[in-house]
Amino acid sequence: MAGGYETVIGLECHVELSTATKMFCGCRNEFGAPPNTNVCPVCLGLPGSLPVPNERAIEYIVRIGLALDCEIAPRSVFHRKNYFYPDMPKNFQISQYDLPVCVNGHLDIEVDGEVRRVGITRVHMEEDTGKTTHGSASGRIHEADYALVDYNRAGVPLVEIVSEPDIRTPEEAGAYLRELRATLEALGVSDVRMEEGSLRCDANISTRRVGEEGFGVKVEIKNLNSIRSLERALRYEQERQRAALEAGETLVQETRHFDEDRGTTHTLRSKEEAFDYRYFPEPDLPPLEPDRAWVEALRASLPELPAAKRARYERELGLRPEPAVLLASSTVQAAFFEEAVALGADPVAAANWITQDLAGMLNKAKVELAEAKVTPRHVADVVRLVADGTISATGAKQALEVALETGEEIEAIVEARGLRQVTDTAALAAWVDEVIASNPGPVEQYRAGKQGVLGFLVGQVMKRSGGSADPRAVNELLRERLSGG
Amino acid sequence: MTEGRDLCDRSASELAELLRRGEASSVEVTRACLARMDALEPRLNAYLTRTDDLALEQAARADERIASGDAPAVAGIPLALKDVLSTRGVRTTCGSRILETYVPPFDCTPWARLSEAGSVLLGKTNCDEFAMGSSNENSAFGPVRNPWDLDRVPGGSSGGSAAAVAAGEAVWALGTDTGGSVRQPAALCGVVGLKPTYGLVSRYGLIAFASSLDTVGTFTRSVRDAAVLLQAIAGKDPMDATSLPDPVPDYLAALTGEVRGLRVGVITEAFGEGVQPAVAAGVRAAVDRLADLGADVGEVSLPHTDYALSAYYLIAPSEASSNLARYDGVRYGLRVEGRDSVEMMARTRGAGFGPEVKRRIMLGTYALSAGYYEAYYGQAQKVRTLIIRDYDAAFARYDVLVSPTSPTTAFRLGEKVDDPLAMYLSDVFTIPANLAGVPAISVPVGLDETGLPIGLQLTAPVLREDLLLRVADALERELALDLRCPAIAGQGQSGA
Ligand SMILES: [Zn+2]
Repeated sequence: MAGGYETVIGLECHVELSTATKMFCGCRNEFGAPPNTNVCPVCLGLPGSLPVPNERAIEYIVRIGLALDCEIAPRSVFHRKNYFYPDMPKNFQISQYDLPVCVNGHLDIEVDGEVRRVGITRVHMEEDTGKTTHGSASGRIHEADYALVDYNRAGVPLVEIVSEPDIRTPEEAGAYLRELRATLEALGVSDVRMEEGSLRCDANISTRRVGEEGFGVKVEIKNLNSIRSLERALRYEQERQRAALEAGETLVQETRHFDEDRGTTHTLRSKEEAFDYRYFPEPDLPPLEPDRAWVEALRASLPELPAAKRARYERELGLRPEPAVLLASSTVQAAFFEEAVALGADPVAAANWITQDLAGMLNKAKVELAEAKVTPRHVADVVRLVADGTISATGAKQALEVALETGEEIEAIVEARGLRQVTDTAALAAWVDEVIASNPGPVEQYRAGKQGVLGFLVGQVMKRSGGSADPRAVNELLRERLSGG
Repeated sequence: MTEGRDLCDRSASELAELLRRGEASSVEVTRACLARMDALEPRLNAYLTRTDDLALEQAARADERIASGDAPAVAGIPLALKDVLSTRGVRTTCGSRILETYVPPFDCTPWARLSEAGSVLLGKTNCDEFAMGSSNENSAFGPVRNPWDLDRVPGGSSGGSAAAVAAGEAVWALGTDTGGSVRQPAALCGVVGLKPTYGLVSRYGLIAFASSLDTVGTFTRSVRDAAVLLQAIAGKDPMDATSLPDPVPDYLAALTGEVRGLRVGVITEAFGEGVQPAVAAGVRAAVDRLADLGADVGEVSLPHTDYALSAYYLIAPSEASSNLARYDGVRYGLRVEGRDSVEMMARTRGAGFGPEVKRRIMLGTYALSAGYYEAYYGQAQKVRTLIIRDYDAAFARYDVLVSPTSPTTAFRLGEKVDDPLAMYLSDVFTIPANLAGVPAISVPVGLDETGLPIGLQLTAPVLREDLLLRVADALERELALDLRCPAIAGQGQSGA
């Protein structure tokens, strides 16, 4: 720990819930509709309109609280958070203050194979604001001569999840956000798309001497649009704070903005400029008093969460931590994997195929697994055919690529493309001899004791066979010929 | 009882009977009201917007419905709405410059229910700006005058509705009551004003002043009319999360005329200093008549009444400061341009709100500020709890409580405008019911020495409107007053 300093991080995440309708009215909750089309008197804050809570949103926040092992408050209260802003129709936001729906939970994260527990202070319910676009003839913000406001997002149910300051490194912060995202995804309560803003995160970071109990001066960082941004901003800020302390400077409590292009943070507003939100209980909404039996029924119906899934994959299926973390962090991928295993695939091999080769192919093709033509059956077949020696790993990769493109069955692809592994010595011998004849240089090097060249020669044979040769047999045959020579 | 009066001066129940028997039409009654408006509005200023064409159209439709024999009790009876109640397509100003041009795209629930039942809308009545006031002098569109004496205020904030009903410019009307804004003007104009239990009538579309205190109430010429009108607007509304789910009883069935054995508690604190002797005497005399009818009359103390006014003037402005934040020139209403959005909002609000509204926004903003919240808003909420306990204790011993509605009869225009505290005291007897959420009614019990109406207030436990109506109706029958305000005299247009 450089300079004997310790970094203390806490995260405040906002999650837009994927309910069909908004928090306090019947308008549709959807991303990307034409401006001001999903609006009504309530979410426009017209005079005389009143909010009515969306029961599904309440169910979602209780599920989130239960998944984070929170206590569900027997009575929680909505408050008004008052401040003026053009994209806030009522100039107050319905939020929660001292009596949130969920308190005292935790989320376990895994970093470098080690499990750390991060406390969850509170999870509360609020409504989102609209979106403002500034415009001008010149197109520059500071010369804006008009502003356009889209209220489609106004009133979308928003859940704020506040962590304890239990995070110690930017990497842990990244792991926390990944784990939170995976948990929310498993619950099916949000799209959790950071690029669309359905998952947003602010970070609080301070620095203290190792062993110190109290906290250093807290800095809040805003504009973190991805997990990568979060980690980058925290790394920058960690260094900035340490350098300042090293230099004997005093840090100030402030809000800083992360500049994505430069990878730096700069002052947005100081503590003195902080708003006084004049919170008071929202008189238009009765307190929330969730029925205990209902809460318990929700608890019983929670899906398997990423942490439990990860543990099960490691314990029962023998997966190493890395693929287990990867698979468990995506509901779609985990379901795909489990189906392949159910179809008889060896779990370790299937996990490797899915998290490495297939993930790479999907990434390259820019296709989501959920929409891809490739199925768990394909993976199960590939694993089985490789294991029984019918195809080589190279052939398997080719077959999977074709399956991704066409959706054809693996066995059909293998037959049509001649990917069946050739173990017939006569055929192999012909390819081996051709390679030896056409690569006199490497052959000479091998004979002079350079064992490493063998791999190159095996590759040449595989290429000549169109991937159908059994690499082990090729290897043996080459050694035999070259040493026999 | 009112034979020989103009159609527009009769009670809704009497008119409903005439309509049912085909002896008058809704169009005739509506024309009578419009004619009365033509005659008196230049002096009264009770209406901010008239909807003559709409009213006649609705009246014609109501007549068809009545002729078909299947019309609700309110069908065809012309109504006025206080201009804080949203009406689709009809300008709703709240008596404020900031909403001078605002036309709501939806109806408030009470009017939606009445409209569905065949009611006829005459127009939107003048009021104190955003319902903040006790004299109607805070309207941006000029004060309303009291039809009993044009130099006097009609009370507020629902002064336009009260004056319109008193003067025959409407048969009945809706107002809103946050601290007495239905009961006090009803008392000052000599009509019946009912403030229901908080949550009995939906607030959806009522443009909020103080959300935890606001109620929609009725102005009528008789207690029976109040029962009919309340029946039509009461009951759970899915658009208002604070509206009560309880089934609505049959209020007319409560009008038995029988008060024998009913326990009536006279509130000791309501006859102290500052109460006009004629008001105290008038109310006491009415209580004696209740005793004559067999009611058990006693005295009861509400010890925390003294703190109610202070608590109210912290809670109501606090909520108002937040409720009125939305008037910023961004989406609707007045906009005064500025260099940027902050300046635009500030200029819009500076130009759009009147002095009393600004005073209360500042008061409320201050009371909610960090460091002051507990001392002001927090403390006021504790007082509210104490007041609720006062009522609980009182209602353990009495079925209904009695007090004057307002300490005085109608005061002169301009008399209290420069003294907000004196003005605030006008609501000292009405405010506690709003803080506790209990129902209360003001009924006329006579005139003072200068011929101005005196109002008696009855208060009942939550959702016991039936008790209020029963006692008020019995008293009304017993007193058999035949109140006619001087402004009506010689206004015959439709004949009788
Ligand atoms: Zn809406």
